[in-house]
Amino acid sequence: MKTIIKGLLIASIAFSGIAIHSVAQEISTLRNETKLDEQKTPNKIYQVNNSDIKQKRNYPMQPPLIPHTIRNYEVNLNTNKCMACHSRQRTEESQAPMVSVTHFMDRDGNFLAEISPRRYFCSQCHVTQQDTKPLVENTFIDMHTLMKAKTDPK
Amino acid sequence: MGAFNTSLELSNTEEFCISCHEMESNVYEELKTTIHFTNRSGVRATCPDCHVPHKWTNKIARKMQASKEVWGKIFGTINTREKFLAHRKTLAEHEWDRLKANDSLECRNCHNFDYMDFTAQSTRAAQQHSTSLASGEKTCIDCHKGIAHQLPDMKGVEGW
Repeated sequence: MKTIIKGLLIASIAFSGIAIHSVAQEISTLRNETKLDEQKTPNKIYQVNNSDIKQKRNYPMQPPLIPHTIRNYEVNLNTNKCMACHSRQRTEESQAPMVSVTHFMDRDGNFLAEISPRRYFCSQCHVTQQDTKPLVENTFIDMHTLMKAKTDPK
Repeated sequence: MGAFNTSLELSNTEEFCISCHEMESNVYEELKTTIHFTNRSGVRATCPDCHVPHKWTNKIARKMQASKEVWGKIFGTINTREKFLAHRKTLAEHEWDRLKANDSLECRNCHNFDYMDFTAQSTRAAQQHSTSLASGEKTCIDCHKGIAHQLPDMKGVEGW
């Protein structure tokens, strides 16, 4: 019995080794095939979309994209630059969209006077969009497109 | 008088400013990451461009004020990062007040309102510059705080 288990273990370890090896060759990383002791030519840095025009959300719960540059915007213990325009008190003057009410809730659903600490770091969810083509083909289909295709008699 | 002016000009260079480690390892390090240090066109601002008035009389007045900084240097008021951070709000407020009082003169030495092309600005920038800035209701520093250095605790600061 013991030898059988031992044999199976060795076989499975060997097999997983082969599997990892073959997967590793398929995965395309930022460094791609660059050797460890070599420096890869860096990818081009694209311009950030700065149109100030709101983008359509790709799915209902997508955190809205930031349609402007955020270079050197400080979000730290001292200050939150985003809130200088997007906070409830500032939106009248700035005409920027106010952060949603969910951002004032703690995890138990209690409303706080200030933005919740768990929502403080805006760019954890909200990102800018670069003016570039997708790196890989995207086959994602929006829920509404899917529903429309099903109900559409053609 | 000539020698006086020469030494004055010598003290008006970035090399002179950052010969003190208080300046070199705090504000200068922070400046390096900002658009006033590196940008697409390669034009950059040095310390005195923003912090010393260009007009001779105003410059002398500012230099006399700055003699207090010699005192601070001798007694090590901000000779560690911790001490500097503790004083940051006071120091920043001095600069904000100064720029507010002179209608952001040092900004305007390079950024001339009369030659701003709103069509080349982002919609948001053009909107604000053509209204609040044009009417004189706001001055550069009212909105553009912390553009060249990190910000202090902004609690209670107007517009934040």
